[in-house]
Amino acid sequence: MSHYNNGSQGKKGGIDIIKILLEGRAFFALIAIIIVFSILSPVYFSTGNFLTMSSHVAVFGLLGIGMLFVILTGGIDLSVGSTLALCGVFAGMLLEGVEIEALNLAFFPSVWVVVVLTCLLGGLVGSINGVLVAYFKVPAFVATLGMLYVARGAALLLTDGLTFNRLSGDPALGNTGFEWLGFNKLLGIPVGVLILFFVAIVCMLALSRTPFGRWIYSTGGNARAAELSGVPVNRVKLSVYIISGVCAALAGIVLASQLTSAGPTAGTTYELTAIAAVVIGGASLMGGRGSVRNTLLGAFVIGFLADGLVIIGVSAYWQMVFTGSVIVFAVMLNNIQYSAKNKSSKKLEKKQIDSKDKNSEATAA
Amino acid sequence: MYNNQKSTAKTTSREVILSARNVEKRFGAVQALKEVNFDIHRGLVTTLFGENGAGKSTLMKILSGVIPQTAGDIVLEGKNVCFSSPSDAEALGITIIHQELSLAPNLNVRDNIFMGRELTKVSGSVDYSEEARQAELLMKELDEPIHPLTPVEDLRVGQQQIVEIARALSKKSRILIMDEPTSALSASEVETLFKVVRDLKSKGVSIVYISHHLEEALQITDHAVVLRDGVMTAYAPRCEIDLQWIVRHMVGESFDLGSPPEGYEQGDIALSIQHLCVSDDNVADRYVVDDLSLDVRAGEIVCIYGLMGAGRTELLECVAGRVRQSEGKILLQSQEVSHYNIAQRIERGLVLVPEDRQRDGLVATMTVGRNLSLASINAFTRKGLTSSSLEEGMVASAINKVHIKTDGGEAEIGSLSGGNQQKVVIGKMLATNPDVFMLDEPSRGIDIGAKAEVFKLLSEGAREGLAVVFTTSEVSECLSIPHRVVVMSKGRISAEFGPGVSKEEIMAASGESVAA
Repeated sequence: MSHYNNGSQGKKGGIDIIKILLEGRAFFALIAIIIVFSILSPVYFSTGNFLTMSSHVAVFGLLGIGMLFVILTGGIDLSVGSTLALCGVFAGMLLEGVEIEALNLAFFPSVWVVVVLTCLLGGLVGSINGVLVAYFKVPAFVATLGMLYVARGAALLLTDGLTFNRLSGDPALGNTGFEWLGFNKLLGIPVGVLILFFVAIVCMLALSRTPFGRWIYSTGGNARAAELSGVPVNRVKLSVYIISGVCAALAGIVLASQLTSAGPTAGTTYELTAIAAVVIGGASLMGGRGSVRNTLLGAFVIGFLADGLVIIGVSAYWQMVFTGSVIVFAVMLNNIQYSAKNKSSKKLEKKQIDSKDKNSEATAA
Repeated sequence: MYNNQKSTAKTTSREVILSARNVEKRFGAVQALKEVNFDIHRGLVTTLFGENGAGKSTLMKILSGVIPQTAGDIVLEGKNVCFSSPSDAEALGITIIHQELSLAPNLNVRDNIFMGRELTKVSGSVDYSEEARQAELLMKELDEPIHPLTPVEDLRVGQQQIVEIARALSKKSRILIMDEPTSALSASEVETLFKVVRDLKSKGVSIVYISHHLEEALQITDHAVVLRDGVMTAYAPRCEIDLQWIVRHMVGESFDLGSPPEGYEQGDIALSIQHLCVSDDNVADRYVVDDLSLDVRAGEIVCIYGLMGAGRTELLECVAGRVRQSEGKILLQSQEVSHYNIAQRIERGLVLVPEDRQRDGLVATMTVGRNLSLASINAFTRKGLTSSSLEEGMVASAINKVHIKTDGGEAEIGSLSGGNQQKVVIGKMLATNPDVFMLDEPSRGIDIGAKAEVFKLLSEGAREGLAVVFTTSEVSECLSIPHRVVVMSKGRISAEFGPGVSKEEIMAASGESVAA
């Protein structure tokens, strides 16, 4: 996390603790959740349970990381839940075999081909969002809301509303191994979780160590200034939606293999959970602030909270109330953090004091 | 409201309606206004003079309740008043008309005048006919026969201004604060506005007026308040003042902004603008840059002077690649660059420091260091990954080169003063090793010390072979470091001068009336 010099007012020790708590809030919230549920339930604190919960988190985590890229540029991607379902059923369809009637041929691609093709589809869906937002200047909310419906509709059309259940393949056809993604473990860790961490590390590197990452932060912070500094703002915007689409496709594959079924209604409202993970992780919906690590923490907070509530037997209705409250509380804390930081700087103040009136700063130079 | 006759007016028989008593304003550690004292008299025009960043707008905002003062009193008709919002001030008859008008262009004149205070019938529905009647009355009073049902977007800016005034009058305003009301008006519209102002005076309305056009303001002002760096340097009635008096108090002791760098040979033509036209987004068949040609040599400093709306910003933005030209060529080292985008032009050494650093220059969410390195990320990228040690070195040398006062590259950009923020934008673009360095109003909103430092940087750059083009709206800057002063007016170059030119010549060429 970056260092925030809190401007001119010399703040003393007591407030610094509040600052640490504020900045590390997602982490502390996760610790608190683990402690509380471990006290309430004897089964919560066990390796087995953590691994189970983590594989649930994998899906939200993947969606959340993709969402983070979009939110960092100041956009939003409401279509990820539908993209997840579309890619899931697309993978399911490929695994059950594609028949080409004209040639009287049936085509059974192997699992890795399925995974690659599915990710390409996710990227394609994302690129449509990206083109609409970056080049046709459709507001991100509207463009991706449209895609939310279109992708869901396409998924339903593709399956006629039915679910693909035969995802395990046939050894004779050489397309087995799909459920391995969802069930098996490497070094004792579910493959889905490994995928999540692999994606997270790649994305962390991309955001913190590549020019592209810098472009994303600057586009979200001030697109006009970024453009005048030579940042290809439109290409950056296009790219983040493609990344979000690919992440949704990966999440769709993981979810389908965990459930050993791919249904067209999978992932409904998951886009909102993904946004919640990003926001709980302290990212600003205005763009420019946020990190992969904190988004992961956000996803774990949501996942561990939801599963914990299930384990101690709280009804699903109450789970929704809790989750909702956590989200709002998190955003509230975001506002406190950012407004404290903006005290000495722009945005809020800028609205009150027009840009011409920089005398305040002028006298200090 | 009744006034107690505690008028302190010495210079005029008119009674004082509003006074500022030791008003101070601080933004954090920054003192924006210090001990400001002056009176506003009933039915007279009080003008605030001062350079950019002198505190005029802050003072206006305090008087109109937009922001509260840190210390001191506002006395309205003998009573201390305290505004917590603009509506508090309006309730007491003080209205501000901002430079950017606050009308809803989609609504008509009537609806704009009564926006937020709609007259209702007993039934609760809006009484449109009564509103229209009153609106018509107001417009007639102002001698501007605009039909109340005309959509505001169909009106010229000058007429819109009058609608704003009508709205203020409909609120029974007795004090009208006008922030640069003439900046977007044509000469005839200014005449109309001044007629309205004189009319308002005769009705007992007091006006507080801000303008950058000194001569223009002198035509109607009755009292002058001059601010410099947040301090009130002078306050006097019209009969005691003239143009020189104002300038003297505005600028203070003359500050040396330097002279054109000498003692070296200028190089070849680095930037050549040929017959450039940029069309106006808002008006068809109008050009904001109209068939403009300009050559700049390596090592030369060219200053473009012009009034607001002369097309300076549009010219520079087009050359930098943000806006496409409709005709003409831009040659960089005799190579056509028109088809390149901004990034490609930066790579080839053509950079722009934009006018509005908050909007176009800085990324507020990033640190000082990241802002400085933003335009030259490739310089510290190895094998696709950014190198933090290379970046730190680059940031440190940039901070050092342009003398930014900061705790280091990790500091938040918002912790810097305006002058240092400007240096960050300049440092960012200098870090790309440009050949042609364009700056749009680089001195805007920074104090005179920072301004001198910026100009020194530009001279040093020119000495090292940089071609520098900067714009300004302050004549004094034209007479400092530039080798050549180009005056722009209505999208064209109206005159070109060498360093020996006088202020009056420059102002005359820009279309500014130098009426005495």
